[in-house]
Amino acid sequence: MKELLSQKVLQLKPSGIRKFFDVANEIPGVISLGVGEPDFATPYHIREAGIRAMQSGKTFYTANSGLCNLREEICNYTERRIGLTYNPNNEILVTVGGSEAIDIALRTMINPGDEILYIEPSFVSYLPCIVMADGIPVPIELKAENQFRLTGKQLEDVITQHSKVLILSYPNNPTGAIMEKSDLMELAEVIKKHNLLVISDEIYSELTYGREHVSIASLPGMKDRTILINGFSKNFAMTGWRLGYVFAHKEIMEQMTKVHQYVIMCAPTVSQYAAIEAMKNGEQDAAYMRESYNQRRRYLYHELNRLGLPCFEPEGAFYMFPDIREFGMSSEEFAMDLLDQEKVAVVPGNAFGESGEGFIRISYAYSIDELKEAFMRIERYLRKKREAGNDIKRNRLLAYTTKTNITKI
Amino acid sequence: MENGLSEQILKVLENNSRLTDQEIAIMLGVSEEKVHMEIADLESTHIICGYHTLIDWDKVGYEDVTAFVELRVTPQGGDGYQKLAEKIKEFSQVVTLYLMSGAYDFLVMVRGKNLKEISLFVSGKLASIEEVQSTTTHFTLTKYKELGVDFDMGRPDERMVVTP
Repeated sequence: MKELLSQKVLQLKPSGIRKFFDVANEIPGVISLGVGEPDFATPYHIREAGIRAMQSGKTFYTANSGLCNLREEICNYTERRIGLTYNPNNEILVTVGGSEAIDIALRTMINPGDEILYIEPSFVSYLPCIVMADGIPVPIELKAENQFRLTGKQLEDVITQHSKVLILSYPNNPTGAIMEKSDLMELAEVIKKHNLLVISDEIYSELTYGREHVSIASLPGMKDRTILINGFSKNFAMTGWRLGYVFAHKEIMEQMTKVHQYVIMCAPTVSQYAAIEAMKNGEQDAAYMRESYNQRRRYLYHELNRLGLPCFEPEGAFYMFPDIREFGMSSEEFAMDLLDQEKVAVVPGNAFGESGEGFIRISYAYSIDELKEAFMRIERYLRKKREAGNDIKRNRLLAYTTKTNITKI
Repeated sequence: MENGLSEQILKVLENNSRLTDQEIAIMLGVSEEKVHMEIADLESTHIICGYHTLIDWDKVGYEDVTAFVELRVTPQGGDGYQKLAEKIKEFSQVVTLYLMSGAYDFLVMVRGKNLKEISLFVSGKLASIEEVQSTTTHFTLTKYKELGVDFDMGRPDERMVVTP
């Protein structure tokens, strides 16, 4: 059967997360720190708006680009939050989650052979979406010592005459990294110099701690070349509603809307009505959730330090990405072993690209009590590993001394 | 920021008073000493009035009865309501006491072993207070939520174990 199928699809690797999920899901009593979605249910007033929409029979298709009212509200919200003005009539499209926006943006821009630069480690969909759209994926390996930020120099180093699009995703999943305005300015210079387009996936934009989120689209000369993606999943705890949106220059948007129109028709109508409520009256909810995540973030960071797992202090999203290389295991082995020994599920870093190898992703979209329990288990696990490691070292040392003694004789 | 600290501490403690000073300090990104001093201050000024545990006694099998009693009293001037309240709150059966706007004056939450005990308390102690004109007693049947906490078993985490 397989030979009948698309080679392009056959060659895609299944998501590393999927594989791990299948195992973790089978084990009872697992404490999971592996989830990439908020632990809050959607705020009730937003759910109610969805219920009202259903009750009043709002069950038809909407305009391809989304409800007019919703587009206006999203534009207002975006102007309030990041100071960017978009035209609700021709520069915005409501999508089925941020994921659809990534896909249609890439399909709209790529000609076969175009090189698409993307940061790594990053969200699992960029690479396969690039491949499916016939682009050539060019990962840019980010460094823990740079706090997983992308530097102008790193970007400059990978640019060729075929480079067309740079995908950025800050605040970042899985590292929790953010980019400050000065970092973005440096990038913008290189981007403009080489006439690149940017897909900026800012789905975690409400979740930065101690610093306001800055969009690269807000920098001088960047708006027209940036496809800005955002959504409701993380910022308003609405993952299951499958609703996102994308802004772009009207010429790009016109083409992107064609892809959306033929593939999706329109985003779910009930979700769109609920989203209007989120845009109008949801900022307080977002602020409350942000404060709560921030407390857990500080707690988790403190715990990682206490356990001696190297990790920079992340300032966005709800993830930490500690370094586990001292244990001499691959991140998959480590995650599997931790799951097996202590029933704690974390995501192996290589699920987010090869450069995530040696790291694990820990989500703090959990209550403090759950984090406490999980870290008690992780502490026990690390202690055992380190003791075992010391034994091995001691034995090696012993073997070495014995051997040298023998040679002396 | 400094002003916000006591408020932040209160919010954290309101949800979980079992957190240690150290844990609160970590969560709020301040020193443990600061948290300690702030809480001591909140306690001494009686902003923090106590640390209690929210218990669903029904699940333990206790058959205590709770009632809300509406008290209508003769109109009071000056500190009359305050004085009356001081009288009423002295009874150990009175769990909660509010002065209300509207059709009656005081709302008294009363707890007792059974209906009879509460009835006797209301008629014998509350109704006999000179200023009290009338009482209406409502017995609670089921408690669903108290102080923002759902008395149900809590929702299970419906998220998948691992997601991107």
